[in-house]
Amino acid sequence: MAKTLWKGNEALAEAALRAGVRVFFGYPITPQTELLEYMARRMPELGRVFLQAESELAAINMLYGAACTGTPAMTSSSSPGISLMQEGLSYIAASEVPAVIVDIMRGGPGLGNIQPSQGDYFQVVKSAGHGDYHAIVLAPATVQEAVDLMYISFDLAFKYRHIVILLGDGTLGQMMEPVVMPPFKEVNGGETPAWATTGAAGRPHRVITSLYLSAERLEALNLRLQEKLAQIKANEVRYATYLVDDADYLLVAFGTVGRIAQSAVRQARAMGIKAGLFRPITLWPFPERELEALSARVQGVLVVEMNAGQMLEDVQRVVKDRVPVHFLGRMGGVIPLPDDILPALHTLVGLVRSRNGHRARPVTA
Amino acid sequence: MAIAELTSSQPIASAVIPPAAMQVVYKRPEALSEAYTHYCPGCTHGIIHRLIAEVIDELGIRERTIAVAPVGCAVLAYEYFTVDAVEAAHGRAPAMATGIKRALPDRIVFTYQGDGDLASIGTNEIIHACARGELLTVIFVNNSLYGMTGGQMAPTTLPGQVTTSSPYGRDIRQQGWPLHITEMLAMMPGVAYAVRRSTHSPAEIRKAKKAIELAFRAQIEGLGLGIVELLSSCPTNWGLNPLEALAFIRDKMVPVYPPGDFKVHQALTARS
Repeated sequence: MAKTLWKGNEALAEAALRAGVRVFFGYPITPQTELLEYMARRMPELGRVFLQAESELAAINMLYGAACTGTPAMTSSSSPGISLMQEGLSYIAASEVPAVIVDIMRGGPGLGNIQPSQGDYFQVVKSAGHGDYHAIVLAPATVQEAVDLMYISFDLAFKYRHIVILLGDGTLGQMMEPVVMPPFKEVNGGETPAWATTGAAGRPHRVITSLYLSAERLEALNLRLQEKLAQIKANEVRYATYLVDDADYLLVAFGTVGRIAQSAVRQARAMGIKAGLFRPITLWPFPERELEALSARVQGVLVVEMNAGQMLEDVQRVVKDRVPVHFLGRMGGVIPLPDDILPALHTLVGLVRSRNGHRARPVTA
Repeated sequence: MAIAELTSSQPIASAVIPPAAMQVVYKRPEALSEAYTHYCPGCTHGIIHRLIAEVIDELGIRERTIAVAPVGCAVLAYEYFTVDAVEAAHGRAPAMATGIKRALPDRIVFTYQGDGDLASIGTNEIIHACARGELLTVIFVNNSLYGMTGGQMAPTTLPGQVTTSSPYGRDIRQQGWPLHITEMLAMMPGVAYAVRRSTHSPAEIRKAKKAIELAFRAQIEGLGLGIVELLSSCPTNWGLNPLEALAFIRDKMVPVYPPGDFKVHQALTARS
């Protein structure tokens, strides 16, 4: 199939169309606005619904309403907008309706800036709203991977009646890359799911609610949600590795930092350090067993993120004190380049050698 | 009549009339479920529910209607209708209803919202639903305070009215003036029907039902958003008995919130 050149945000929008989205609600915010603008042009062309909401709060609640009808629905935003959407996300999770959200992260906290960041890891991966649940979080590293993950997002959302969040950063949203676009398809075979509130025509009336006044009934809902999350954990873990088979040192990074780390791995190997890369694609469920197994075979782990060490906590939780875990984080929209990563890797190598009784020294080729 | 008389072994009159001769003159609307409501004695939510259910039956739209329940005393409204229903976050019912209506334009969608929900936390959502002229019906129940949380001041609280969060009476210099949101919404071109009615007497209740019907017709006929504000009683939080509460609506609320037609689309005028 022919490759065409796409900007990340527009590629995500086109991939969502091809994946079968029927209604889109959104609100402008940099650096994801091209996604909304693309939908504004294309959805009417396809006879589908585009609506610019008055706020992110309204957008997520419009999405919630449309999702209750069993219609494939999505929204997109960036960090401060996702903060506003937390209310709706929690109701959607409790109501068990399918929803797809794109978060093209920018620098924070506060208004921050419009530069790329991974500062929403805690917000999106750990608590996409109040209460006990995790969303399914997909973190693409390239525009092609963003397209491929968007293409399965609605299927995942409908399969589990759950939230899928595509988590990218401003780099992914803004950069252009060649992409193979998948063909058009329909979600759920174009069928309205049996749980949807579409009008009680010839059947008993249905209710979709997140309200359970009895403690026992609310606990039962939570147990059901936990059971569902356990299934997702068992079935949906995704990750990528690069040169890990003989690696002494493991870099762990997600999203666009993952592809920069891949360059750093190549450069490190040219300098004689056997480095490899582990890149989680699902941030929730986090690829725990796979990382645990790999970390048992290396001497040290270097986590690189565009934040102050958020995924780092998950890596530490999995690796424990088996081997040293070192961290490099850049914030505020500063992108860590191989020139930043290699010195951090040297530091890790020194740490490992001093721990093993060797004199700490930088490694040279 | 004493209780002893009611429980005597004498057959009561209706029992001796052959069933075939009986004529049903009053029954539960099909759109109203058989669940007992949780509303306090003397609260007019139950009456308003019934009016909506009667209108849904009469318009023949029960099987294609979707209700959006609010946060507030009517949070469980979805239990009391036999239409499909969803439960919105506080104030967001118009946004959720917009999502439903845009996804399924041939369905009839109504929100049921209190004054804290619609006139305070949800002002943005209702204003923009009106601005877009969403084809929705909004039943707005104004009882001048937050009922479910125990009677706090709302934007609709009357000047001088004592609530648990305005214990010295609402002082307009400190806490502002009552919000007449239905009049404000009536100014918007997307609104086809915006009226206020009361529930304090049978005559007012009959007018309220007619208004609810027209607010649904505005949607069905594609004219624009229809909103009916209904002055409603809250005996529990007002500290009044049910009859005193109805008198409170008539004597205290009506002067501040006079019933009236603020906008009636010309296609509805002949029928109002």
